[in-house]
Amino acid sequence: MIHLYELFHAMMKPMKNMNNTETITTWILACKVEDIPENGGACVLLDGEQIAIYNFKKRGEWYATQNLCPHKQQMALSRGMIGSTGEEPKVACPFHKKTFSLKTGACLSGDDYEIKTYEVKVENNQVFVAL
Amino acid sequence: MKKKVVVVGNGMVGYKFCEKLVSKGGNEQFDIIVFGEEPRPAYDRVHLSAYFGEKTIAELTMAPLEWYSENQIQLYLSDPVTNIDRKKKIINTHQGISLNYDYLILATGSAPFVPPIPGVEKDGVFVYRTIEDLDMMKSHAAKSKIGAVIGGGLLGLEAAKALLDLGITDAHVIEFAPRLMPKQIDQAGSDILKSKLNALGIKIHCNKNTQEISGEDSIEKMVFADGETLKVDMLVISAGIKPRDELAKIAGLEVGSRGGILVNNKLQTSDESIFAIGECALHEHMIYGLVAPGYEMADIVASELMGNATKEFTGFDMSTKLKLIGVDVASFGNAFAEEPDCQTIIYENKTKGVYKRINISNDNKYLLGGILVGDAEQYNMLLQTVNNKLPIPADAEDLILGSRGGESGGESGVMSLPDEALICSCEAITKGQICHEVIENGNDTVDALKKSTKACTGCGGCTPMVKDLIQGILKSQGKVVRNVLCEHFDHTRQELLSLVKIKNLKTYDDVLEDLGHGDGCEICKPAVASILASLWNENVLEKGRLTAQDSNDRFLANIQRGGTYSVVPRIPGGEITPEKLIAIGEVAQKYGLYTKITGGQRIDMFGAHVGDLPAIWEELIAAGFESGQAYGKSLRTVKSCVGTTWCRFGVQDAVSFAIEVENRYKGLRSPHKLKSAVSGCIRECAEAQSKDFGIIATEKGWNLYVCGNGGSKPRHAELLATDVSSEMCLKLIDRFLMFYIKTAEPLQRTAPWLDKMEGGLAYLKSVVIDDSLGLNAQFEADMDALVDSYKCEWKEAVETPEIRKRFVHFVNAPEEKDPTVKFEPLREQIKAEDWNAVLK
Repeated sequence: MIHLYELFHAMMKPMKNMNNTETITTWILACKVEDIPENGGACVLLDGEQIAIYNFKKRGEWYATQNLCPHKQQMALSRGMIGSTGEEPKVACPFHKKTFSLKTGACLSGDDYEIKTYEVKVENNQVFVAL
Repeated sequence: MKKKVVVVGNGMVGYKFCEKLVSKGGNEQFDIIVFGEEPRPAYDRVHLSAYFGEKTIAELTMAPLEWYSENQIQLYLSDPVTNIDRKKKIINTHQGISLNYDYLILATGSAPFVPPIPGVEKDGVFVYRTIEDLDMMKSHAAKSKIGAVIGGGLLGLEAAKALLDLGITDAHVIEFAPRLMPKQIDQAGSDILKSKLNALGIKIHCNKNTQEISGEDSIEKMVFADGETLKVDMLVISAGIKPRDELAKIAGLEVGSRGGILVNNKLQTSDESIFAIGECALHEHMIYGLVAPGYEMADIVASELMGNATKEFTGFDMSTKLKLIGVDVASFGNAFAEEPDCQTIIYENKTKGVYKRINISNDNKYLLGGILVGDAEQYNMLLQTVNNKLPIPADAEDLILGSRGGESGGESGVMSLPDEALICSCEAITKGQICHEVIENGNDTVDALKKSTKACTGCGGCTPMVKDLIQGILKSQGKVVRNVLCEHFDHTRQELLSLVKIKNLKTYDDVLEDLGHGDGCEICKPAVASILASLWNENVLEKGRLTAQDSNDRFLANIQRGGTYSVVPRIPGGEITPEKLIAIGEVAQKYGLYTKITGGQRIDMFGAHVGDLPAIWEELIAAGFESGQAYGKSLRTVKSCVGTTWCRFGVQDAVSFAIEVENRYKGLRSPHKLKSAVSGCIRECAEAQSKDFGIIATEKGWNLYVCGNGGSKPRHAELLATDVSSEMCLKLIDRFLMFYIKTAEPLQRTAPWLDKMEGGLAYLKSVVIDDSLGLNAQFEADMDALVDSYKCEWKEAVETPEIRKRFVHFVNAPEEKDPTVKFEPLREQIKAEDWNAVLK
């Protein structure tokens, strides 16, 4: 079976940073909106990297992080439950329930781990991740 | 120019000294240089045996290398200091570094004491102190069956646990003294500990003097003074410690006649610019072999160097509580005080393996000390009672037995402690400091307090007390402390269940919208998902409930190391046809799965990729199997023995009844997992008395036992009803289970549920037998409705495309499997790659 949406570098979007110089963010098409379960996550393979994408429908927000949980090096974060502590959106690893901020990647359950986070945008029912 | 502080030794105490000095701003005032003998930065030696289990080196490490560089500490590893020129104030190291110092801190620790027994040099004889020692033990253990430890003290027993963790099935502990842990517990306590350890497979030999270790090159047997011998493949010597004072000796510092660097109350050695801390220091004839006093010494010296010394080292409370191979052992205050200097109260329960001893002052006013074996829950409070000279109850035995009957008088527990009471002895955190953090800074969770005070980060023994303290403070502030689910729901589980039912809510989102606030989290989601399943029994993956399920329920399988899943089809009562056995074999073969018989009389298949799960289940369902719900907080198995169908002792048909029971309650979701068993006679081969509900055949019918469990805190089930018919037995189970489902806390199994129930078993009987609440008809009807609405959720999952499509690893490449999954060969099958190996 060939699946329908091959990876491609979808567009290049100029962004302004603090110094007012232009930097380039590369948006990569990751999947369709319905591929990610509502208020949960799923994993995509982008440029050989495993990225977890989360559809935080309750807040109307999308997030993406590395799929690897740094605690035991398991490719599992996309299968974790998402939620919040106060205002901070978070994901809990299915293995030992270490929790990480979806915004900053900081570990919220008291360890020194940190995970990578990525920008996400949704256009025309398609989900893009900035790598 | 900054003054130089040179630290010799990078163990736990050496590290703690650096941490304390940095926290006082010492890295701005001093250049800090550390020399460590081992190849890696300081790690947690107290929890060393965890290296064979759940923890990696990274997790055991006190602070990563970056911590040292971030704090401008120069750390030299694998480079011991070899001599000190005290006149010129210069040290020289093994690798040839010469460095002058203003202050020198000796934190050289200790080495295992190896008694001069002939043969100690043979292969297969180890000491137990460093990660390298453990690595060597690990490789030798692979070819060993019988292992022994010389030394029945605290470290020796830890080493025995390490042997078990290494897969040694025949483990022995050899102790020279007449009892185990002679420094901490008395003979009676040792006897209880011994019987508990025996039950765990560790054979204890006290009063044994090892005379020789014999064997060709490698150890083969031990010969004792009494003429007996023991065949062994490996031996760990853990007979005590000797302080590492050789460097101090060379430098001409004063040392004790039996070792240890002499220090005063400032931890200064006989040279005022040189300090010694931790296990190498000899203070008032004492070597302190625990970490807490070492930390205290580190703190005192750090303050001294910063010029704001406020306290001196004047000895340390050696009270300890630890869990040895799952058995609580504690000793506090003056544990060995004896009559006539005090009054001693002893409670001993050999069946349960519990021993408690307290020593009370002769005027009945104060607790002096005591010993706890098998159950040390009261340790923290007892220790506080000793240290703060708190008044004790008129009936002093209430301290260990709890108050029985009558009014419990006044406020007790952690809130009654004075502010200066030491709560966390590893980090020297008082009750006052914790109160301040909670009240002034709003750090009202254990995690927050760990960050702000470091409390609970050492041995962790104070965590329950810190939790009680937080609750107590919040309560005293008038904040309502109810057992609410989490920050998103102001209801208890019981309230939530009733509300969800009354409001007829069917999905997590509806429940959150109607009864909660915020976005939910990993605590309330599975709890609500379980309530929904217990009430309505609809497929857990439909209607957006998918992402509210805990990880195993979300994929209807158990996640295992490496991220693959295990698959367990239901095999009711453990009865299976040859055809079905073949079907399981074929599926396992086709998908390359590791197979093993479970403890619940069924077959587990490990190593399934998430994307293969639907296909695997399609084949299993075609062969007549259903989901075993091994992944759910739900009924697991009903074990059985063969009963009257084959067994010459059986008095009832246990297998048929087990199948009936399992099929009745299969798929039933509950606050926690449920296990059951049916035995065909009093011999109890199915172990029904260790189950949430267990049934044992009698001549006249069945005896029903409830609220037992195995696991880390095993509990025998209690007899609920005798000689009941099969029909009555099922009715009683219906009522019991529904009562449990409606009233338990999240993730509370039936045994703790009964423990917390006011009135206990008598009350439970009054509800489910005498119908004192008038709810039994409702309970039975509710259960009937759940039984009638049962569907195999895996069958629904494979047949419903919307559900089935979620079983992929990459949603943008559904055919691809997770490339990071790796297996290793194991006895003609496979196993998951060791995740600790991956981290190295």
